[in-house]
Amino acid sequence: MKVVLLSGSNVGSKTRITMNHAKKSWQEKYPDHDVSLIDLKEYNVEFSDGRNFLDYTGDTAFVIQTIMAADILLIGSPVFQASIPASLKNIFDLLPQNAFREKTVAIFMTAGSPKHFLVAEYQLKPILSYMKANIVPSIVFVDEVDFFKSEINNDDTLMRIETLVSDTFVFAQSYQEFLKNREESFDF
Amino acid sequence: MENKNFVPTIDQTKGLEMGIYSLGDHIANPHTGKRISTQQRIQEFVEMAKLSEQAGLDVFVLGESHQDYFASQAHAVILSAIAQATEKIKISSGATIISTSDPVRVFENFSTVDLLSNGRVEVVAGRASRVGLFDLLGYDLRDYEELFEEKFELLLQINREEYVTWEGQFRKPLKNAHVIPRPLNGHLPIWRAVGGSPASSARAGKLGVPMYMAHLGGTASVFKRYIDIYREAASTYGFDTKKLPVSTAGFFYVAETSQQAMKEYYPHVNEGMKLTNGQGFPKQAFAQSQDKHSILNVGSPQQIIEKILYQHEMFDNQRYIAQLDFGGVPFENIMKNIEILGNTIMPAVKKYTKK
Repeated sequence: MKVVLLSGSNVGSKTRITMNHAKKSWQEKYPDHDVSLIDLKEYNVEFSDGRNFLDYTGDTAFVIQTIMAADILLIGSPVFQASIPASLKNIFDLLPQNAFREKTVAIFMTAGSPKHFLVAEYQLKPILSYMKANIVPSIVFVDEVDFFKSEINNDDTLMRIETLVSDTFVFAQSYQEFLKNREESFDF
Repeated sequence: MENKNFVPTIDQTKGLEMGIYSLGDHIANPHTGKRISTQQRIQEFVEMAKLSEQAGLDVFVLGESHQDYFASQAHAVILSAIAQATEKIKISSGATIISTSDPVRVFENFSTVDLLSNGRVEVVAGRASRVGLFDLLGYDLRDYEELFEEKFELLLQINREEYVTWEGQFRKPLKNAHVIPRPLNGHLPIWRAVGGSPASSARAGKLGVPMYMAHLGGTASVFKRYIDIYREAASTYGFDTKKLPVSTAGFFYVAETSQQAMKEYYPHVNEGMKLTNGQGFPKQAFAQSQDKHSILNVGSPQQIIEKILYQHEMFDNQRYIAQLDFGGVPFENIMKNIEILGNTIMPAVKKYTKK
């Protein structure tokens, strides 16, 4: 399966650190998967202007086409002003309406305060549902205090990342099975 | 209010007008993985028009597209070849992307093809669903809507007036400019293409121009809304909606049985959509074509007759055009489809839709 991890912020480091852990965990568990990590900080992504996603060029085209080609998407997002960052929302705006059809999507949130725990539920999940994602219900929420230097140093948080990674795989696997069964139910 | 636009009169005593259209796509046949040459594909457009005429269809329509997997960039030139190769059938663009062309030039081209074809030409102007042509032809995508509206209105004005005085934002003013040649009947029928934007249907109605409505998938009732919006707007602005024709356009594929039709056509639509639009056509949505209420005209001849009649009853459209070559359909199947459409489906549909 094609797995893409998206670090959804163009500033800071905590979301990227979280996604590094998730990536390492995925590669250890499922070494034969094609895994890539996109850190929006490293790309010059344009603002969406409503055109078909195939009509963008350069970094923008690379980022959205990599996402479109994924079977599994792990989204990492910080919380800015009680919401997801503009850089991540812009990715959603760049993509077509049904972009996550037939994709399994998991969420990793980072935030400066546990007050933001429900941001993923109220703001991110509705967008993902609208775009037809198969959403893994549990998310990982990483508080700022869990970070030390360029790592997460809270065992509980690390364990939850491990759990979400394996859950996402099982979700994706059963979803693929569902898609296959549905496909086979048609006689053409 | 008197409609100053030249609106085509469709003789409804002969029933629903029918034809075919191609977007000009040039895609490998997904069943074999083979793609014919660009030259062969362009020649296919001309052959399709000839076959459509032989099958008695009313109209052949070809669209303009400027990205990969298309071969109809110079659609007016191809339509000109079709004008020479045919004698009776109406020839139309569908759509001409007026936003990225000079309306004077578009009018000159199509008037010329009209004279060559002895007065058989129509123009359908659209806004483009893919937008690579803005960069290619030197326009700014930020002007997407304004470019279309301004240039479309200029095209309509040139069609009404031989000497044009005009001023706008996107080209130099015209001062009593003589735009020639004039078409055989003085004017060209000019339609507006609408692809699923209610605002665009409303604009077509406000201007009192006839509308082409493209439909990809979903139920017919979804598309009824666009037609209602169009007629409401037209009537609000004082136009007689009975005199404003509506044409519908969508996927079509006929085979002996519905299962054969779906089996043959699905890979074309699915792969074709992936390459031209970025995402495939969900099998589940395609399977719904077996329901009478679905807008996809895919199935056996009898099924399709019933669907077109059902759609006509709902839409009260004056023309229907079928897209039966999308996604690398091999030419022998295109031929078979045109033949069944012309010989079996059209007579039955016309019989029940005569007014």
